[in-house]
Amino acid sequence: MIFPALFFYLFAVLCVGSAFMVIAARNPVHSVLFLILAFVNASGLFLLMGAEFLAMILVVVYVGAVAVLFLFVVMMLDVDFAELKQGFLQYLPVGALVAAILLAELMMVGGAWVINPAVVKAVVAPIPGNVTNTEALGLVLYTRYIHYFQLAGIVLLVAMIGAIVLTLRHKPNIKRQSIPDQVARTKATAMEVRKVASGQGLKETAQ
Amino acid sequence: MTFAGMTFAEIWTGYLWPLIIMVAQSVLLLVILLVAVAYILLADRKIWAAVQIRRGPNVVGPWGLFQSFADLLKFVLKEPIIPAGANKGVFILAPLVSCVLALAAWAVIPTAAGWVIADINVGVLYIFAISSLGVYGIIMAGWASNSKYPFLAALRSAAQMVSYEVSIGFVIITVLLCVGSLNLSAIVEAQNTRFGLLGWYWLPLLPMFVVFFVSALAETNRPPFDLVEAESELVAGFMVEYGSTPYMMFMLGEYVAIATMCAMATILFLGGWLPPVPVAPFTWVPGVIWFTLKALFMFFLFAMAKAIVPRYRYDQLMRLGWKVFLPLSLAMVVIVAAVLQFAGLAPK
Repeated sequence: MIFPALFFYLFAVLCVGSAFMVIAARNPVHSVLFLILAFVNASGLFLLMGAEFLAMILVVVYVGAVAVLFLFVVMMLDVDFAELKQGFLQYLPVGALVAAILLAELMMVGGAWVINPAVVKAVVAPIPGNVTNTEALGLVLYTRYIHYFQLAGIVLLVAMIGAIVLTLRHKPNIKRQSIPDQVARTKATAMEVRKVASGQGLKETAQ
Repeated sequence: MTFAGMTFAEIWTGYLWPLIIMVAQSVLLLVILLVAVAYILLADRKIWAAVQIRRGPNVVGPWGLFQSFADLLKFVLKEPIIPAGANKGVFILAPLVSCVLALAAWAVIPTAAGWVIADINVGVLYIFAISSLGVYGIIMAGWASNSKYPFLAALRSAAQMVSYEVSIGFVIITVLLCVGSLNLSAIVEAQNTRFGLLGWYWLPLLPMFVVFFVSALAETNRPPFDLVEAESELVAGFMVEYGSTPYMMFMLGEYVAIATMCAMATILFLGGWLPPVPVAPFTWVPGVIWFTLKALFMFFLFAMAKAIVPRYRYDQLMRLGWKVFLPLSLAMVVIVAAVLQFAGLAPK
């Protein structure tokens, strides 16, 4: 039992440490790289809990796709963070006040939190031995929570269409490549063979 | 002697001995894999040369068989140079990331029945996750070099690899629909029918096999999709500022990733370690030999594509990924799911 505990502390320390480095690093690209390290360690924690599907999906979605776009944007923006950090001490009291209020609120919410007894039972109910993690998730997601699942899909679809509508511009006078037109071109439509009399050239093209 | 409530014997049988076995297996796999990579690198050059009616490397050793090892020595003995303007830590980390991630994928690949280091339930997802991380090596190298061409190459590769990952994901989903498991060994076993090679998934899922092959070319930055290192536009792309051992690690990572993709194609579509005809003389041959032969066949296709097909233009690459492969593979997911459901062929 001691080795899973050792790995838990390894992942946990790395995760918290890299999460701290995300805000402490001077260079924004380093921040994103530390964020990626935090994601990977979080997926290690999921693995220790036996949630192998969640662990892999965390890596595929957050590290493989979301963080790549993050890194993409941060690399392209030439932000001078030294300049941004100049007023750090000046704003420290206000920031500390906001953080203190947030912490107090979170503690009050956490103290008064009541978990539905039915959910508590569901949490301690283990997955049946002959069903894998992925299958168990699918069985619940596509039966009991199918409407929420579909709703999430619709929200994502709306967001996708919204992003396309916001960024798509049909500019006039732009030449676009039409692959079917190019493929449909034949020798007959593309070229013409003419006899050229010596010393005279073609009448239309000769100036 | 006890430690955390366990005697030494318990720790030995429970943890240490399995650990030693696993390390030994991993080292064995790594050595075989690296030697294999040295020779597929040579094969790549030889095939390319043969298509162009050249001889290729033929000086070091008989038929140039030791060329890769000569290259290795040369790379290792050279002085590594780090540009003054580079971001040092990330610059050194980038080749390590691309090399280690490429090798890590082999932990779950079964080379014969039961011959796998980690037989995990979510093997396909693991490989998908690891190969989606491969892009970080390139982005980090491009950014840390602090130079124009590497940076442009990093931007290209980020867009290219993310685009083709989407279609690879859908291809994997169609295979998973037919198998009903994410375990790589289970995927191979599901292709074990009495029809032999006609029962492997390349035939029933032929369009997906083609999509997977082309996407694998794009995902590993192989020609005709090697826009990341297109020498006529970007010199050597993200590797411009790299030399000696770091450069070699990129090269190694690239070829190991290609080997991984060949192994994936073998497992998903060519029946892994299964013999092509399930009758006596073929079933005597060990599974690992069939696996190797099939993976080498896939690599031959990779090498021929490099030798024959001219390089794509970048906008054509994006068009192929998003406007052709994505709708096609999405439609195939729906079609395959519908056929399996209504024909009663769905697993379990």
